[in-house]
Amino acid sequence: MSATSAPIQIKGLRDGLLVTLGDGSWAELQDLLLRRIDEQPTFFQGARLVLDVGAHALRVAELSSLRDLLSERGLGLWAVLSESPLTEQTAQNLGLATRLSKPHPEEPRPLELPPENMALWVKQTVRSGMRIEFPGPVVVFGDVNPGGEVIAGGSVIVWGRLRGVVHAGAAGDEQAVVCALELAPTQLRIAGEIAVSPKKKGEVGPEVARLKDGRLVAEPWQ
Amino acid sequence: MTAKVVTITSGKGGVGKTTAVANIAVALASRGQKVVCIDGDIGLRNLDVVMGLENRIVYDLVDVVEGRCRLRQAMIHDKRLPELYLIPAAQTRDKSAVSPSDMVRLCDELRPECDWILIDSPAGIERGFRNAIAPADKVLVMTNPEVSAVRDADRVVGLLDAEEKGPASLIINRLNPAMVKRGDMLSVEDVLDLLAIELIGIVPEDENVLVASNRGTPLALDGKSRAGQAFQNIARRLMGESVPFLDLETHNLLQRIFAGRK
Ligand SMILES: Nc1ncnc2c1ncn2[C@@H]1O[C@H](COP(=O)(O)OP(=O)(O)OP(=O)(O)O)[C@@H](O)[C@H]1O
Ligand SMILES: [Mg+2]
Repeated sequence: MSATSAPIQIKGLRDGLLVTLGDGSWAELQDLLLRRIDEQPTFFQGARLVLDVGAHALRVAELSSLRDLLSERGLGLWAVLSESPLTEQTAQNLGLATRLSKPHPEEPRPLELPPENMALWVKQTVRSGMRIEFPGPVVVFGDVNPGGEVIAGGSVIVWGRLRGVVHAGAAGDEQAVVCALELAPTQLRIAGEIAVSPKKKGEVGPEVARLKDGRLVAEPWQ
Repeated sequence: MTAKVVTITSGKGGVGKTTAVANIAVALASRGQKVVCIDGDIGLRNLDVVMGLENRIVYDLVDVVEGRCRLRQAMIHDKRLPELYLIPAAQTRDKSAVSPSDMVRLCDELRPECDWILIDSPAGIERGFRNAIAPADKVLVMTNPEVSAVRDADRVVGLLDAEEKGPASLIINRLNPAMVKRGDMLSVEDVLDLLAIELIGIVPEDENVLVASNRGTPLALDGKSRAGQAFQNIARRLMGESVPFLDLETHNLLQRIFAGRK
């Protein structure tokens, strides 16, 4: 345990206050912060807060209730900084900024990739009634259930069972492929070709479907 | 006491939600728990009928929400079990009379006074559904072992995840072991394979369910009924006990003895 960092640090910024929260339970930190505010209401009155929550993974319920508690005290929550992707996502969902506007001059430039390298990462099962549409490739880390649909400009990789509908190369790319750990779609399309899954006998294993001489074929995925 | 709020819902209608709420409530109450059921199916109320309390209704959920009566006045006391209450739905109003935040407020008011709040949800994905899941600590999704019901259940499971009300638990109702054996009905494994959520109950097809509902005496108190026993087991699992699932293949003792003789 390190006793060096205080659980809450407050620093003035040009146009707000930066509040850095340390380790510990979220409920306690929140209580501590609110108590600090209640003790020095004039110091905080009307301030815009930037909250640096470090690694705390926060869900919508937690962040929105804190925002409400702050606004009851006349404070606006302006931005939330975090290393946790969940918290970043939550903050974005709530319409909060997730970085301070002044960009670091020495910040490394992001890697420039051609757009066809940008895939959509779907980290959940695509259940009935869900439809995923994306101009590039799509990777599903889960199943695609009957009634679920994935429509991709590029290839589709399903790290799970594919039993719903997939359309790869939806804008006409005949090089697009569809891979799945278990390939048993309700309907499969690549570019303009449609195939309905034949009844399979026994365990088949991972397969990849592609267009060969204008016909859809499935082969073992190696 | 701080009640746990459990909502029973489904994708497809008619899979047995109301039956399940009545029976699980009776089962919990028969185990000394204090239970309040809320009929969330406004405009189509029938939990009161299944529980046999129809003729005692004076006030309903909408009366509470609109301030025409106090919460206590709308709580109908069960005929048999001292710790079981029902807040009926309004028959004549449409679902927009109640909002999700009304439901949350109502349940928060009830929480300190009981162990369980069970909410009967309408099927599907409209307003009534969102009302019923808003206050839930735990959602039980019910399906029958048939392709279309399972597919609609899958959809609701996805919606619950999106609303941060997941992971839901699953009740499979009206399982007919003989039909499964013949390959004419999806098996428990088939359903679980697709939905991939925790199983909390398997209830067999049993015509006594209908008879009991018509009489307004849920059969969870009938020790001989397999369906009643299945509902008791769900109640025990909710209470944190680990209870093995009924072996629905071995229908009854007699059948087992005959099978052994062959
Ligand atoms: N295990 C069972 N065995 C036999 N019949 C059953 C079983 N469970 C429910 N039923 C019957 O199925 C019918 C529908 O049940 P119920 O009204 O509980 O469904 P529901 O899901 O609440 O319907 P709704 O979506 O319309 O609210 C009733 O007639 C009921 O008696
Ligand atoms: Mg019903």
